[in-house]
Amino acid sequence: MALSSVRLALPRRFIVLPTLPGAGLLAACAAATSSVSGPARTSAERPQYVSTYQRRPSGAVLIRNATVLTAAGPEQERAAILFANGKIVAVGPDVVAPADAVVVDGTGKFVTPGIIDTHSHMGVYAAPGTQSEADGNEATNPVTAQVWAEHSFWPQDPQIPLAVAGGVTVIQVLPGSANLIGGRSATLRLIPARTVQDMKLPGAPYGLKMACGENPKRVYGQRPLGPSTRMGNMAGYRAAFIEAERYRAKWDGWLKTRHGEPPDRDLKLETLAEVLRGRILPHIHCYRADEMAQMIDLSKEFGFKIRSFHHAVEAYKIADLLAREGIAASVWDDWWGFKMEALDAIPENAALLERAGAKPIMHSDDPNGIQRLNQEAAKAMYAGRRIGIPISREQAIRWMTANPAWALGIDSITGTLEPGKAADVVVWSGDPFSVYSKAERVYNEGWLVFDRADTAHQWKTDFNLGTSAPGVGR
Amino acid sequence: MSAALTGRAAVTIGFAITFSLAVAARSTGQTIAISGATIFPVSGPRIEHGTILLRDGKIAAVGANVTVPANAARIDASGRWITPGFIQTGTTLGVKLLESGGLAQTEEDSVTGEVNAAFNLAEAIDPASLTLPVARLEGVTSTLAVPTGGLVPGQGVLFDLAGDRLDDLLDKAPAVMVMDLSEGGKSAGGGSRAGAVQRLRRTLRDALEYSRRKEDYRRGQIQPLAAPAEDLEALQPVVRGELPVLAIANRRSDIDNALRLAREFKLRLVIWGGAEAWQAAADLAAARVPVVVEPLTDVPRFDALSPRLDNATLLRAAGVTTVLAQRDMAQFRDLRQAAGNAVRNGLSWDDALRGVTLAPAEVFGVQDRYGSLEPGKVANLVVWSGDPFEFSSEAEHVFIRGREMPRQNRQTELRDRYRALPPRF
Repeated sequence: MALSSVRLALPRRFIVLPTLPGAGLLAACAAATSSVSGPARTSAERPQYVSTYQRRPSGAVLIRNATVLTAAGPEQERAAILFANGKIVAVGPDVVAPADAVVVDGTGKFVTPGIIDTHSHMGVYAAPGTQSEADGNEATNPVTAQVWAEHSFWPQDPQIPLAVAGGVTVIQVLPGSANLIGGRSATLRLIPARTVQDMKLPGAPYGLKMACGENPKRVYGQRPLGPSTRMGNMAGYRAAFIEAERYRAKWDGWLKTRHGEPPDRDLKLETLAEVLRGRILPHIHCYRADEMAQMIDLSKEFGFKIRSFHHAVEAYKIADLLAREGIAASVWDDWWGFKMEALDAIPENAALLERAGAKPIMHSDDPNGIQRLNQEAAKAMYAGRRIGIPISREQAIRWMTANPAWALGIDSITGTLEPGKAADVVVWSGDPFSVYSKAERVYNEGWLVFDRADTAHQWKTDFNLGTSAPGVGR
Repeated sequence: MSAALTGRAAVTIGFAITFSLAVAARSTGQTIAISGATIFPVSGPRIEHGTILLRDGKIAAVGANVTVPANAARIDASGRWITPGFIQTGTTLGVKLLESGGLAQTEEDSVTGEVNAAFNLAEAIDPASLTLPVARLEGVTSTLAVPTGGLVPGQGVLFDLAGDRLDDLLDKAPAVMVMDLSEGGKSAGGGSRAGAVQRLRRTLRDALEYSRRKEDYRRGQIQPLAAPAEDLEALQPVVRGELPVLAIANRRSDIDNALRLAREFKLRLVIWGGAEAWQAAADLAAARVPVVVEPLTDVPRFDALSPRLDNATLLRAAGVTTVLAQRDMAQFRDLRQAAGNAVRNGLSWDDALRGVTLAPAEVFGVQDRYGSLEPGKVANLVVWSGDPFEFSSEAEHVFIRGREMPRQNRQTELRDRYRALPPRF
């Protein structure tokens, strides 16, 4: 926990973009702004680090007679859900299955969308947790917008199948929180894969991880250039975005005319310019209410929109402001007191945000916590009910499905059980808000990635081989 | 120093300071009757529609047919569940507020050095710690607080989470001697687990030598010993087999090392962590060594490459006494979630309840006063709205030494201040 609190990361998108299959962002920009696109003259215009994810072939599946929480409407009892070719086909009381469909009896069971974690460091702070896998903080400069989390990500992290067994289908992998601007995130499907490219969710925009408060000033406070204070933090973000504004203007001008030599590429500024263009979604590690307000001012100064604050233990103090600004808050239920800026955490945070019309999200920031995000949401739901905020299961399920999908800019792709959405589906042994329930089956875009009853569907990472690790079907 | 039933326990700290404390010293004399509930005494079968009487800080009666005195204050607990207060094992509650951030002002749980057997945590306890009222609302009424850091971090102490002064809340100090046979202790052995075990062996041998040759020691007619006299003195109840050793050990081979040391020195051993204890379940059962398990952690580390979530289940199946714990300070509210997850992963509900009540009381030698709902025991109990392990339930009444705890804490005050925005300061 001490480690993860040092890490912290954030972020993703705010505009639902059409599917851009992993193309380089400047290339996307060029396509959008220039009708005459000649041959690519710069590396910036070529597709960059493209997703090679391919949906696994899978037949039609009908889960019948279950309680279905779609995250897009009321809870449906004794309902069925049909998916085929990786997509949800139908949900409701009378769903007719094709003859070749696998039929799963859902009696007594619950079906929900796959859980999406906006805040994971799996793969970049992989188990077994040695310095050799500590690849999440490029703590060499307070502004490292040029680094990409996916370039650190190790697909054989044995933490990944543990999360899948908890019903998680998609994560945002973030750089840590040592830096003011930590770098790009990646949105990944949790499936067995040899490369991170095979896991990258096609169409997901990148996020940018930024961090407020104690971590950057602690990490850089003893170094000559700082920052060593919160005001130093703010000056650092502003200086970086001032540079990015100039860079963006230079490139946008050149892309329009294509006259003369293209400007020099600068990876750091390229990412920040994409934030200014609204194509990369800022996710900001920020605990205190007053600091979140400062970051909102920063976003207004430079004309970008913050997608989600992360950790946000004091979000309840400014729930009205977050609702007005349309900024999500990715929170734990009850992590508390592990540092000064986490002193004012309360379990009713998510419920108070929901009541104010803001967007609460349950996030993990932790390889143990990610296995039980449903339990985290349960604690938060009941904490709300106890103070008279009648949070329904249908609302609380959104905290770990539809809301994080929105925060990651993938809500047109996944996050709810609506026809046409990806078949990211979890079958629970019972009410997912009970401590005793388990994810029994997890489908990732229609493919059975985990089956608690069948060891053939319980993958072990390469790292697990040769140990007596029992796998995850327990 | 048995005494709690007679109201007094003598507590030795190091070998110099002696406290005397009275359990429920400030009893009001008021009798409280809680009735209508399903009572889980832990020491016996559940009682439907039961009544429990509290008097003078103790449990006066429990049963289905208890006569309630006319002057008793009554609490109707119809439909509620009553359990003993939970004992949270291996925390820094009361001695540490913040987990990270290096805030020395909030940390009292460690001293410098590798062998600190004489370090007793009791006088670090701050009864006003902000952590205690938060933990109480999760049904935790006592904790075993432990020192951290080094090969022998020192003496853990057992105390109740309510009281104005140390004397009001301390129950047993020392309750355990902590030793670290895991990755965390090996630097004290020169960088190898073998070195750490050998240094522990030398230290324990010298504790025996010291006790045999105190006169020679005083006269300086003895080879230099492995630790200062105060530490060797503090180890005497350990080598006499009286004070349990709480040995941090996760890797199977570390557990084996702990078992070997325990055999050599006739130690009363308790394994703490025990991530791979499921592999050694038969050995642990044969040696009657209990294990303190953390049900919410299963990420492989080199300290233990094969943890599993059903560790407690497998240990109980082999007959090992199992205590359930949640020690991460950022999540110390989650002991009941940890117990619920143990059930989720196969442990029986009764064993999970025992794992946070009577099992720790037995393991740490206070079962005569704590851990179950029986006449004469300290009145630490919780009235739950339902199943204590379920998120839908909450602790409605928490009693510590017969006194009902307030339901406010810093978190509820923050919540109430910001319930309507803008807040009224």
